[in-house]
Amino acid sequence: MSGLSKSLTRSALRPVLIGVGSLILFFIFLEFAVRFGLINQFAVAPPSDIVKAFPRLFAEEHVGDRFLDTAFEAVIASVFVALFGISAGVLLYKVRILRLATETWVAAFAAAPTVLLYPLFLVIFGRNATTIIMMGFVAGLAPVTLKTLEGLSTTRRVLVNVGRSFNLTEWQLFWKILFPSALPTIFVGVRLGLVFALINIVGVEFLINFGGLGALINELSERFDLAGTYAAICFVILVSVMVFMTTERAERWLTSAG
Amino acid sequence: MSIAPARDPVVPAEAAQPPLLVVDDIVMRFETPEGSVTAVEHVSFDVKQGEFLAVIGPSGCGKSTLFNIIGGLLDGYQGRVAVGGKRIIGPHRSIGMVFQEESTFPWRTVIDNVAFPLEVAGMTKAERIERARHFVRLVGLDGFERRYPAELSGGMRQRVSMARTLASEPKIMLMDEPFGALDEQTRLLLGDKVIQIQQELNQTTLLITHNITEAVQLADRVLVMTYRPGRVKRFVAIDLPRPRNSEIVGSDTFGHYVAQIWSDLREEASRGMIADESRSRGRGRAE
Repeated sequence: MSGLSKSLTRSALRPVLIGVGSLILFFIFLEFAVRFGLINQFAVAPPSDIVKAFPRLFAEEHVGDRFLDTAFEAVIASVFVALFGISAGVLLYKVRILRLATETWVAAFAAAPTVLLYPLFLVIFGRNATTIIMMGFVAGLAPVTLKTLEGLSTTRRVLVNVGRSFNLTEWQLFWKILFPSALPTIFVGVRLGLVFALINIVGVEFLINFGGLGALINELSERFDLAGTYAAICFVILVSVMVFMTTERAERWLTSAG
Repeated sequence: MSIAPARDPVVPAEAAQPPLLVVDDIVMRFETPEGSVTAVEHVSFDVKQGEFLAVIGPSGCGKSTLFNIIGGLLDGYQGRVAVGGKRIIGPHRSIGMVFQEESTFPWRTVIDNVAFPLEVAGMTKAERIERARHFVRLVGLDGFERRYPAELSGGMRQRVSMARTLASEPKIMLMDEPFGALDEQTRLLLGDKVIQIQQELNQTTLLITHNITEAVQLADRVLVMTYRPGRVKRFVAIDLPRPRNSEIVGSDTFGHYVAQIWSDLREEASRGMIADESRSRGRGRAE
């Protein structure tokens, strides 16, 4: 390996090493803090106990299936959020009167604690995965809509004029200029929307004690299995990481296709 | 040095050649909260095939309005714009525009930016990339085809914009202060590039600028406009030898042209400055 590629590898590895190192240091601190009573052991489980709980979760709690349940709900809700959120944003951008009439309350809706609507959704859809998916969808919709609208509205005028000077049709202007220009902002909204959706999905699973990881966390916490609860939370983080990696890849693919 | 009066810019020997671009009696008014403002008034001129015309005037003389009208981006004006004898309304493929602001597409590489008009025209990928390469080479950016605009300097990005416009093979290239945001040295060197390209393609070009040096360096004729409402004040034929380059900036003849145009512009720029000051005072009193 040449000196240059060695130093490149080193510079690329350094942030990863610092990140992993910081995490290990944090867990070591937590372990000692809990063991020596600085943190209440009935509030936080020592990290070593959490690690020990993983095999138990697979063997006794079927965490793999629970993980797949939550991941499936998250994927379906994400597709709905992206599809309907972006479409709604485009609609508000195109129809000025609709934008003026609804933008304020769409923004208000984005900040509303929609998780509290779960009894209504239970009545409409029943105690099943549809309720969970719809709750995730409702929570993620507004940020995607608003960010799509913002991305399209803030496209630089000169780029639109370039398109017009080349005599582009409205369709071409949208797909060749407005959409790719708005894409980074749209993806900020998609990421935000997916965070909201995932919080609602796990939250509603927890509240109605149905389905994937949220229900498992509920059961484990009610059994005062603290280590198991935190180990299950790690799987929620894993779903979140997967969703983020997928959106990042989608953004890269769409940007290169633009 | 020859200075022709307004509406009579063409020397008799060349009069036989029909103009490629005709701008005839353009009047444009804007409605503002303070009332109707006439941006340009009875502006007429024409540009022959292969000619380089620079339109110069003080800030607020309606240069950019004229740019947008000729490019078809602005309607609601009186008068007529014709290319090759045919009246044009709205954007037209015979006119290619290079904008003052940075206008490359940041999500596309240099080659994909330049190939953009060919892509929307429905050309196959292989064909459009090959043609785009030719125009990238023409503006001196070969080797940068796979770079994104963010990796280029301001001057290089403007050359990408120019190559993209040239790739659409317009009859007339319309440029609105394309080097306005660049430093003087880069501007002079890019001027050389523009001259070289214009000569190579025999490209009819209309340059909107407020920079006298740029106008004299590049143009065959300079149209001097008045301050608001923008009217044609004078045409100045630039009788400097071609091919030219930026070395000509130091010549006495060049200096004479610059001085002559400045004496016309000075009066208009002063009017503009006084008008701006009185508007600011009026606003201050109103607040």
